[in-house]
Order: sequence, then C-alpha cells, then structure tokens
Amino acid sequence: MGNGRQDFKTDAAHALADTALQKALQNVKRGFVVKREAARAKLPEFDTLREDARAIKDHTLSHLDLYLETYERKVAESGGSVHYAPTAADARAIILKLCQEAGAKLVTKGKSMVSEEIGLNAHLQAAKIEVVETDLGEYIVQLRGERPSHIIAPGIHLNKETIEADFRRAHHRLPRERRLDQAQYLVAEARKVLREKFLAADVGITGANLLIAETGSSVIVTNEGNGDLTSTLPRTHIVIASIEKIVPTLEDACTILRLLARSATGQEITTYTTFATGPRRDRDPDGPSAYHVVLLDNGRSEMLGNEFADMLRCIRCGACLNHCPVYGAIGGHAYGSVYPGPMGAVLTPQLQGIDRARDLPNASSFCGRCEAVCPMDIPLPDMMRTWRERDFARGNPPFSERLFLKMWAYAAKRPLVYHALANAIVLFMARRAGARGRLSRLPLAKAWTGTRDLPAPQGRTFHSLYTRARRRGRV
Amino acid sequence: MTSTPAPSPQGPLVGLFVTCLVDLFRPSVAFAAIKLIEAGGARVEVPRAQTCCGQPAYNSGDRQDTIAIARQVVETFERFDYVVAPSGSCAGMLRVHYPRLLAEDPNFAERASALAAKSFELTSFLVGVLGLTKVDAAYEENVTYHDSCSSLRELHVREAPRRLLASVEGLSLVELGESEVCCGFGGAFSVKYPDISTAILDAKVRDIIGTGASTVLAGDLGCLMHIAGRLVRERADVEVRHVAEVLAGMTEDPAIAAPRQKR
Amino acid sequence: MSAPEETRAAVLDRIRAALGVASLDHARRTAVVRRLERHPRGTIPSRATRRGEERVALLTDMLTKQGADVSRVPTQKEAVGAIASYLGTCNLPPRLRMGADRVLAALPWREAWDIERSFGRAGPGDRASLSRAVVAAAETGTLFLVSGPDNPTTLNFLPEAHTILIAASDIVGSYEEAWDRVRAIYGQGTLPRTVNLISGPSRTADIEQTIVRGAHGPSRLLVLILG
Repeated sequence: MGNGRQDFKTDAAHALADTALQKALQNVKRGFVVKREAARAKLPEFDTLREDARAIKDHTLSHLDLYLETYERKVAESGGSVHYAPTAADARAIILKLCQEAGAKLVTKGKSMVSEEIGLNAHLQAAKIEVVETDLGEYIVQLRGERPSHIIAPGIHLNKETIEADFRRAHHRLPRERRLDQAQYLVAEARKVLREKFLAADVGITGANLLIAETGSSVIVTNEGNGDLTSTLPRTHIVIASIEKIVPTLEDACTILRLLARSATGQEITTYTTFATGPRRDRDPDGPSAYHVVLLDNGRSEMLGNEFADMLRCIRCGACLNHCPVYGAIGGHAYGSVYPGPMGAVLTPQLQGIDRARDLPNASSFCGRCEAVCPMDIPLPDMMRTWRERDFARGNPPFSERLFLKMWAYAAKRPLVYHALANAIVLFMARRAGARGRLSRLPLAKAWTGTRDLPAPQGRTFHSLYTRARRRGRV
Repeated sequence: MTSTPAPSPQGPLVGLFVTCLVDLFRPSVAFAAIKLIEAGGARVEVPRAQTCCGQPAYNSGDRQDTIAIARQVVETFERFDYVVAPSGSCAGMLRVHYPRLLAEDPNFAERASALAAKSFELTSFLVGVLGLTKVDAAYEENVTYHDSCSSLRELHVREAPRRLLASVEGLSLVELGESEVCCGFGGAFSVKYPDISTAILDAKVRDIIGTGASTVLAGDLGCLMHIAGRLVRERADVEVRHVAEVLAGMTEDPAIAAPRQKR
Repeated sequence: MSAPEETRAAVLDRIRAALGVASLDHARRTAVVRRLERHPRGTIPSRATRRGEERVALLTDMLTKQGADVSRVPTQKEAVGAIASYLGTCNLPPRLRMGADRVLAALPWREAWDIERSFGRAGPGDRASLSRAVVAAAETGTLFLVSGPDNPTTLNFLPEAHTILIAASDIVGSYEEAWDRVRAIYGQGTLPRTVNLISGPSRTADIEQTIVRGAHGPSRLLVLILG
C-alpha cells in the first residue's frame, strides 16, 4: 500500500468502480456534511470559537517547548511518566519495552491514528503480544487486515453484509445459526467478544485528542466507552500522542471540545470525554497502577519551522475529508496513507516525503471546501500548493507535463507570440470540430476526451476579433 | 455586431481581463462583459498585452513563471480604475494570490495589493461597484446556476449573479441541490486525474439534470466547458452558457459544445 | 535507543531551533506561567447562560436527545423509587453496585428494601450501577464524574444500566463553570485520576451509520436530578 505513484491512480480507479464503496461514501457526503451544518446552525458562537481555537493553538505552538515541559512535570507529579520519542521507531521501541516490562500478553487499544502512523500493532505482534483494537470500526478493519479509511469512522467504507461475513469468519466458535443481519446484532456480538479482551488485557493503549499542560492530563473522546475500558481495566495505561496535541489549560480544552465533535460527526459532544491524569491514587479502587505517556515528534518539530506549521493546529476532526469531493469520490484507502483527504494531502508528504506521496497534494481541484470547514482555520489548499512547488522543484512531474507547462509559460510571458499561436490553434480546432461544435477526439487530449467532449472554440480569439471590431469602429 | 453609443467619458475606466479560456474558446463572453460594463456606466479598454493570469503555472507549483506573469499583469493593468474578469478563478488570482506571490518583491508588493483591491469578478463588479440592479435582457428558460469554487469561497460571490438573473425577463431560476460542491474541473486537475475529475463531474451533472432546468449558467468558463463536455457526451438536453451571455441578452451564438445550427 | 534524557533534550532542542528561540528566554517563560495561572476562558455559548429551571430544562433536553432517560425527583425518597423502577424498566434484577459516596449512602434505601446493594468497583457480573456526579454542564447535557472510592470509574462503564444522581444545585451552565467546581474540590492544576464527562449511554454508528446503543459501555443511562 502506498509504495509509489502508480498505486494512487490504480487504487483510485478501483475505488471509483467499487459500487459498495461508492454507496458507503454517501454516508460521508450526505451524513456527516448535513449533520455538521445542523450542529453549526444550533451554535451561534461556532465561528467565534474557531477564532478562539486558532489563537489557542498558535500561542501554544509558539511556546510548545515550555508547555511540554510543564505538562511533563504535572504528569510526574500525578505519578505518571513521560517518554519522548523523536521518531516512529523510538515510539515503537519505548512502547514495546513498557509492554514487556509489564509482562503483557494481551494489549487492548483505543482508537489512535498516531499508533497507526508508527505501525505499532505490527511491532507488538511481532514480539508475540496480542493486540486487539476495541473501537468497533477499528476492530472490524483489524479483522480484515485493512487500514482505517477515515480518521474518525475507520470502517465507513464497509456495509453490514461485509461486516457480518467478517464476524462469522473471525468469531468462528460462536453458533453458526445466530443472527447477524442487523447492526444491533453485530454490535451485541462485538460487545461480548471485546468484553473478554477488555477484562483480560494486561496493558491498555490509547491515543489522546488533547494533552493538558495545566494538569498533566490526556483527553480522549469516544461514543462507545471503549477508550475508558481500555484505559481503566488493565494494570498499565499507555498514552501515545504527538507533541502538537497539547493545550495549556482546561478552559482551552473546553473551547476545542466545543468544535471537535460538531465538526466531526455533528454531535454536540461525544458520549464520553475522559480526562485521565496519572495512575490510580492510594484510595482508588480501580484504575491502572502505571500511567505512561509517549510523546511523539516524527516530523512535527520540523513542521514548526517550515511552511507547514499551520498544519499543527489540526485537531483531527475529519471535517475536511467529509467535505472533499476527491475523498468523496475515492474514499480513504486510495490515498495509501494513514491520513487521507485534505489533511492527509498535507501531512503525508511530511511523513513519507514528497517523492513518494506526490499524488496526494496533486490530486485536488483546490475547491477550498476543506479550508472553509476547518475549525482551526488551516489553509489546506495553500499548503498543498506549496507541496506542489516542492514537487515541481524536484522535477517530479512527468516529462510531458513539464514540457507542456514550459511551452505554455514561454508563450504566456510573450503576448505577441501567445496571440499568434492562439489564433492558429483555435482555428485548427474549430475547423476540426466543424458544425458539430465539439471534439470527441483530439491529439494530445485523451485525458480530457476519454470521458468528456471538448467544446469547440468559436474560431477566432477574442483579441483578434476585438482588434478587427475596433478597426471597423464597432467597439 | 451592432454599434453601441460611446459610453460617458465620466465613468470609471475598466481594463477587461479577458482570461485565456474566453480568449481562445468563447470570445462572445468578453463581448457580453463589455456590453454589461458599459451598460453600468463605465468605460472599457482591453489591453492587448495580456495572456493569462498564471493559474496553470501556479497550481502546477511553478512559482517562478507565475510571478513573472503576475508582474506582467500588474504592469499592464495598474493604470485602470478597475480590472474586471468574466471569471471567478482569474479574478481570485488577481485579488487573493497576486499580493501573496509578490509580497517579497519590493518593486511590486504594493502595486500588487493596489491592483488586488480594484480587481473584480464580472457580476460582483456590476452589482457591487457599479450598482447595477437589473439588466435589459430576456431569456424564457428554466435556468440553474453553478457557483464556481473560486467565486464562492475566494471571492464570496453568491448574490450578485442571482440578483441580475432575477431581472432577466422570463427567466426562472431553480437552485441546484448542492451548489456548494465542486464540478471537478480544477484546471489541470481535470486532465491529470481525469477519472476522479469525471466522477465528481458526474455528481454535478446529475444535480443539474435533477433540477429539470433547460440551461445551466456559471461565471467561469473552465467549469462550463467541463460541465458541457460531459452533458453533451451523455446526450443530456441541457444548454450551457456563461452567465454574461444571458445577462447581456447575447444568446444568438450556439451554446457551449452545441452544434452551429441551433436546434 | 538513546537514553531518555537525550531523547527528551533532542525533541525540545529541535522545537526551540524550529521556533528560533532560546531555552532561557525569560519573556516566553513568563508568558506561559501567566497564562496557566490566569487560565482565561474563551467564548462561552449563550445557551450556557440560562439560569434556574431553564438551565435544568436544557440539561434534560440535551441528555434526552443523546439517548439518556432523565427524571426529576424532588425528594430523596422519590429518587430511590425512580432507581428501583428503572431497574424494572430495564428488565434487570434488583441489584445495584455503588461506591462509598456518602450522599448516595444517605438515600432512604429502606424505601426500596428489595434492592440488594453492593459496594466497590464494578466487575463483569454487575449489571446495574449507581454513581453521583459532582457537577453537570447544561450546555450539552454533560455530567462530570470523578474517580475514587466514592464513585469508582468502572461503575460508569461495565454495567448495562447506569444511574447517575445529580443535585439540581450542582447543575451549571458551561464546561468552564463545571471545571471551576472541580478545581474547588481538588485544587489548582490537580485532578483525580479520571474525570469522566458523560453525556448519554454508550453508542456506536460504525455499522452503516446506524446508531446502536450499548457498544461497550452501558446501553441505558438514567440521570436523576434531585431537588
């Protein structure tokens, strides 16, 4: 997945032809979009909150080192430990070590995109540790050996018949004649199966939507409650979070939480929002006895100093995915990245390099809807364009594209040349189209004419007609 | 082409930014734009030293060429009171992106900002600057209107074309189900990722056909050519025109991608 | 793998280099300390400024929309009655798991003599639980429950049916006011192990966006507003 350029176009073509996927994507285009708008309509302060949130993140990022230091101190005060991981490999190694120190045979996981980013599950499994995703969508894609296709709704590309087949295959010890044809039966089965895992887990690993410097807390939002069972039941709780998740205070968390669920799913708030601070206290009857936070850099500090710093404001709501016509057409897997959609188009080249990920920022019409709905005011199209500049500077675009652009630019900078050539070209095209008024085939234009006719030019350029009309005193 | 009386020498002087697509594919849009601007009481000149706003280079990551073209445009158009383009994406280029592109150039930074402040998409200029509230045109059709992404999101143009269309005699406007959604053109995107572009286009085409309108209008020729190209390939019975043509009452020419003889 | 000190320094140094700042920049440190001390509020939604009965109504409305059952009980006696009847509604045996919370202990349980109460953290066999919220924010129908022996966290997640008692006087408008209440109990910059903000019963939409209750946590939530 995502080995090179050809994958994107091939994967996109498959996605476009996949009728089940296309049907499922309607839930994104119709569901999330409509619900977000409804939530926004119910909260008159929505746009002011976006300004507040942007200011919070900008302030935090410009003082990131200091807030991390404060956060670390507070975590230690509450009895937890912070581990810095400069790279994905560091994070994997730290977490594996913590799991081994805890004697872990079974690890449950709350949904964490960062854990996907670093390839954590495979690493733990290679060390003979069983890893079970507990977010229902994540559990299902784990059964399928797939990667999530959406950062909020990992299994949104699947329909219930597919999920039923997966459950029957994976839960093969359960009675064959049981009903699984409705969502409620599938959920009930998942609840039962995963309950055993929750209770037996040695270590629970969650991500964090936010880290709070003031109190040394990590925050997760879920609707299912799986994150809480993951973090509360095992002996050890490990939080894996990237460094830009931090905000200064509880009030700052409030502001961002007001935007997060509304932007993501259109809910006013998720069912459960949990603030976790350290391990169990002396008198606590439940909770983990060890609490570890792994702070991942993996390119974030570099972004602080480059043109992509604004991307660090992202709160991973997924609104940009939901409103993107490209994501809506091809779904998440075609992007070949943990992070699809517009935010993925900006983040993935930073993580994988522009050479490998060049299709992501290039496959955009720059419609700007992502930026319009982003609660954190991130200029996504501008940053995709910046990636295109880097891509171009490295000579990555195909030769024919670069040649055509060079020729076009040469003419565009020389009006006389341009006008002369333009006249010749449109005359040729108009003659070729004839009375039909359009061209279904044209040399060098197969990319267009494969699916669309090309409207014929009217036959002369405006400039030549205008000059003639002026000469005749008609304008 | 009928001759028009010379506009009042007192009105502001507008430099028409033709746009490369209009220049090459559909000059009638520019003639319609001139007619409308003059009807609004301004004078129009069309400097010959113009080619393109630079978007193809800009969106391909060729910043150098884009800057060279931007400088050219600034030099050519800065003498006018206003610069008007029958295109949201080109006007957006001048209004939003030129100041950023030339921000580091001491010779052009201020000039680009000055030009940006007086650059407009056609309908928003007619309504917002010239104060035009109605046009003298008739078009007895059910019409639907596609808002180009640049017009909508870069320039916040939404009401202006609708205001003017409302004054066209016999015209009834039916809104698209999802007017905020891209048509899939995106300039070079339409040929670099044609499958995806066409899939997005198909949703727009279904929306257009679903309105039952006989004509679809927009303010950007790129979108229009894209939409027309698919409508005609799918043999749909919907005419495609630039909004300027209808507002100027200049609909004798065949519609976009339509045959020379009118049906 | 490098020593923790080295990796820590590596990350922080990289951040400072990217920002173009020095570690000992006094002005920056002061800015951070001040902001943490002040913990300024952002925009508070106007709906959070409702008072009195309007505020309670907002909480009730939000929770109901989010799938919870909400009951206003004027007296402690009716609270106990509501709990008993809820267990019946949920088709659950009259057994209730709760913590050491004194307010809950002081309810007139003799009014529901057949409810078998047990105390401590929840286990897999506990099907119904009772907790008390320290405060609730009406703006989204959100109850704040804190961990500890009084209301163990597992009570919130393991059972099928969860009842949360909240005093009407503990309902505030905004999240910020709720956190101030929590700060008043636990001090500045210190929190218990967990603060659970609960706004409804457990749910998932992961299967074709169809909402199903009881994904992992309780499928039923009763919120009793006392007073």
